[in-house]
Amino acid sequence: MTGDGAPAAAIRVVRGAGGRVALRLHVRSAVVVGGLLVVALALTVLAVGTGDYPLSSRDVVETLLGGGPAGADVVIETLRLPRATTALLVGGALGVAGAIFQSITRNPLGSPDIIGFTQGAAVGAVLQIAVLGGGTLAIAAGAVVGGLAVAAAVFVLALRTGSTQGYRLVLIGIGFSTLLASLTAFLLTRVTLESSQSARLWLIGSLNGRGWEHVVPVALALAVLLPAVGVLGRTLRQLELGDDAAAALGIAVDRARMWLVVVAVGLTAVATAATGPIAFVALAAPQLARRMTRATGPGLVPSAALGAVLLVLSDLLAQRSFPDTPLPVGIVTGVVGGLYLVWLLSREWRTRTR
Amino acid sequence: MTAAALPEPVAALERCVSRPLGLLLAAVVLVLAIVLSIAVGARSLAPGEVWQALWHPSGDRTSEIVHDLRLPRTALGIAVGAALGVAGALMQALTRNPLADPGLLGVNAGAAAAVVVAMATLGVTAPTEYVWFAFAGAATVSVLVYGLGATGSAGASPVRLALAGIAITAALQAFVSGMVVLQPQVFEQFRYWEVGAIGGRDWAIAGRMGAFVAAGLVLALALARPLNALALGDDASRALGVRPRRVQALGLVAVTVLSGAATAAAGPIAFVGLTIPHVARAIAGPDQRWVLPYCLVLAPVLLLVADVVGRVVDPPAEVQVAVVTAFIGAPFFIALVSRRRIAQL
Repeated sequence: MTGDGAPAAAIRVVRGAGGRVALRLHVRSAVVVGGLLVVALALTVLAVGTGDYPLSSRDVVETLLGGGPAGADVVIETLRLPRATTALLVGGALGVAGAIFQSITRNPLGSPDIIGFTQGAAVGAVLQIAVLGGGTLAIAAGAVVGGLAVAAAVFVLALRTGSTQGYRLVLIGIGFSTLLASLTAFLLTRVTLESSQSARLWLIGSLNGRGWEHVVPVALALAVLLPAVGVLGRTLRQLELGDDAAAALGIAVDRARMWLVVVAVGLTAVATAATGPIAFVALAAPQLARRMTRATGPGLVPSAALGAVLLVLSDLLAQRSFPDTPLPVGIVTGVVGGLYLVWLLSREWRTRTR
Repeated sequence: MTAAALPEPVAALERCVSRPLGLLLAAVVLVLAIVLSIAVGARSLAPGEVWQALWHPSGDRTSEIVHDLRLPRTALGIAVGAALGVAGALMQALTRNPLADPGLLGVNAGAAAAVVVAMATLGVTAPTEYVWFAFAGAATVSVLVYGLGATGSAGASPVRLALAGIAITAALQAFVSGMVVLQPQVFEQFRYWEVGAIGGRDWAIAGRMGAFVAAGLVLALALARPLNALALGDDASRALGVRPRRVQALGLVAVTVLSGAATAAAGPIAFVGLTIPHVARAIAGPDQRWVLPYCLVLAPVLLLVADVVGRVVDPPAEVQVAVVTAFIGAPFFIALVSRRRIAQL
């Protein structure tokens, strides 16, 4: 699924600081990212205006700038803005994590689910919600611990039996995921209906009730992880050349891959802790970004931007599609994402003869 | 089984002699498992009591337990086990992929979606009623997955079937989650179906789905010879007079009927269809005319033993059979994946 080769003129070199700093820039990617940021802003304004107390876009902008109708600022500041900000940050994190996974597994269907992270997080959270009866923080912590434990187990097993390359990792992850899914279903039958319902609700992934107490930890974690991604970005691109070529270029292949997986899992853990596991953003954002930018390479920044846009858009759809019942955002991303994948596959297969 | 040390013809002869014997042995183990399944439980019965109750039903407590609880449960276990085992063997033969599983066709997700819709829109609560929906849902989704995988002129390859299954399953799972969250009373029922168990179902379900399982098994066993030819590749099988596309289509019909009936009756049970064919192939070799009968006998053994383990592990509550098979099957699967050279998916 590589794009057609970009002609040399599509890459510009931007120099600064008297010629001492030079940056290679893929023009189309930069344009796309700029456009996506504008769209994200517009959607955020729309999303902030949605809810039990609807506001027009103009009111929203005015309130953000310091004026606007009375009472609107309270609603926006305490409810809507943190929700939209969470959506942007989590979407961006998932987009980058998905791009990293797809690049290192060389599989366009790579996503954090493949190493069993999502199911591990599910078991951890369900244990907290249904058995130990913890609060929001405990649930998030349980999810992160569960997810990390399973991801680590899968990774260690794959490492010990061979390399982490290719399908062995995916298959071991699938094995763990299926086992944990059974365990989760079993736990849900052993507890009261209310507990299992709130567990099930958390498992779908939702932005309901996300406030600044969610935004701040996510932002802090991203402040640590995104620079790490920036540093590793070039290594990721070089790994795409193949293990032998990368090793010839002086990269410690297995160690670099390990660090990339750690960062990607870290991003997913943060996102999952904030909103629960949201399906398909990590899978779809890098694919769509690649098609839009037609760039080669993992495209981490476009994936992040598109992930943010997708999540805010999904939240908007989730809140507005059925006027009486706002849906959890994970349902929209799951159904729409699944159908998108079906459409993508059928289109690709219809034109190929192999 | 350590045929590497012996010259080929001797190894082959050894196998020919030992295969029927092995099958007989497996059948004996199955009978033992059946006895265990009837006798063991929250209230364990001695074999003598079981014998008495079986042949001379008397209406007392023991007889009630045997006839109304244990026998239907055991019968269902045999039917579901045989269905899943043979469906798994078929799936692996059809896709030439040792890691294939009937669930790959989206059977579980289709059944779940249909059950949820039936519960939510029609208020269906009795297992005997929603079992038909589950079966219809499983069959429909299998057809959809196969239809998607077969798009275009290249036809349905194993990779395409797997990808199509993943995509459609994901969309259906999100849909099921949505329904379940929006309708709490549905969730109360659904969470018990979702976990996969053979207890709590009566004779009606065992009988009806058993009929489908029987039909599927007949079709599957009839396909054993053509599947052997198919294993040689499309061209060689055509040269042998077997039509690959037709065998594949019939095989998928059999897989759909078998796994659809099993999932409709018992809910989603993982790993049986994946692991039993490996054990069967390890004992009997690659000849499908032996692998399928071995799966037919060994898979119910696994299921019944898992069910019994679930009954004794946490008395008086029960651990559902799907959880036990997952705990047994997952390490087996992971060991399998870790050790052998993986055929590229």
